[in-house]
Amino acid sequence: MELTLSILLGFMIIGALFAIHAKDLLSAVIAAGIVGYSLVICFLLLKAPDLAIVQIVVETITLIIMVAVVLDSTREELKVKVDRQQIINISLALIFIVLLAFFFVQATGKLNPFGEHTLRMANAYVGETASKTGSTNLVTGVLFDFRGYDTLGEATILFTAAIGVLSILRIKGRK
Amino acid sequence: MKGMSLIVKKVAQLIAGLIFLYGIYIMVHGHLTPGGGFAGGALIAGSYILAILAYGSDTIKLKKEETGTSLTESISIFIALMLAVAGFFIGTKVFFNNYLPSGKIGELISAGVIPLYNIFIGIEVAAALITIFLALIIYKEEIEE
Repeated sequence: MELTLSILLGFMIIGALFAIHAKDLLSAVIAAGIVGYSLVICFLLLKAPDLAIVQIVVETITLIIMVAVVLDSTREELKVKVDRQQIINISLALIFIVLLAFFFVQATGKLNPFGEHTLRMANAYVGETASKTGSTNLVTGVLFDFRGYDTLGEATILFTAAIGVLSILRIKGRK
Repeated sequence: MKGMSLIVKKVAQLIAGLIFLYGIYIMVHGHLTPGGGFAGGALIAGSYILAILAYGSDTIKLKKEETGTSLTESISIFIALMLAVAGFFIGTKVFFNNYLPSGKIGELISAGVIPLYNIFIGIEVAAALITIFLALIIYKEEIEE
């Protein structure tokens, strides 16, 4: 299991690196697709079919839209000149990466070993969801009962995204 | 936007309905099997997007459709919010309270309000994705005019 996941993660890293460095934007979009679909297989291996379904559908839709945009506009990458602003940006990003890696290593030391992921809260969810909410799907029980506020927020984000796209893209407005 | 070739049109015609039905299945069985409102809504949006991409925008009046999807989205998120607010007045008077009887575990009609949330969130997700897609297409057509 750990070996398979490591191989998949390696694929994802290679795909992401290729997506950044590809000269042709279409192949960059396809390489970004590798990352998404490998993530689907990871979710399936880790027994999260809920996430896998959502990921595969959303990945397909975004990939179609991105391919349509690339085919419609241009397939060549823009040349970026390296000036002072760029150097400041890159060094800031590097500092942030080092900080993040530092805290990440500190945090992973506190986690349970791989495979023993049931924490105190997870035990409560797994044991009592079916009897308390009446839903046999744990994920839905958690999403719409224990953590309903989260779900409301997610739905509101999507609503706001649609409103934002409408208000930016409509040039002429409705008559 | 032009439609695609005859083969694509025929395949889309055969497949889109099945994808739509599968989306509804995922949405309605959200409390029993993997999936739920978000996955089902994305599937339904996918079937519409497939049909629109295959047939092009000449046969469908997209602006009218966009008004409809925008309205559907707003109304369904409002209903989902009202379902949550109704928890204030029934039972233990808590926001997001599950006030309907939970029924027999494992049956289609069970788990109180959870299936209703699933259905309305699913409609909202589907309508929002279609709205964004239609807005992009209409933008392109207005640019070209």
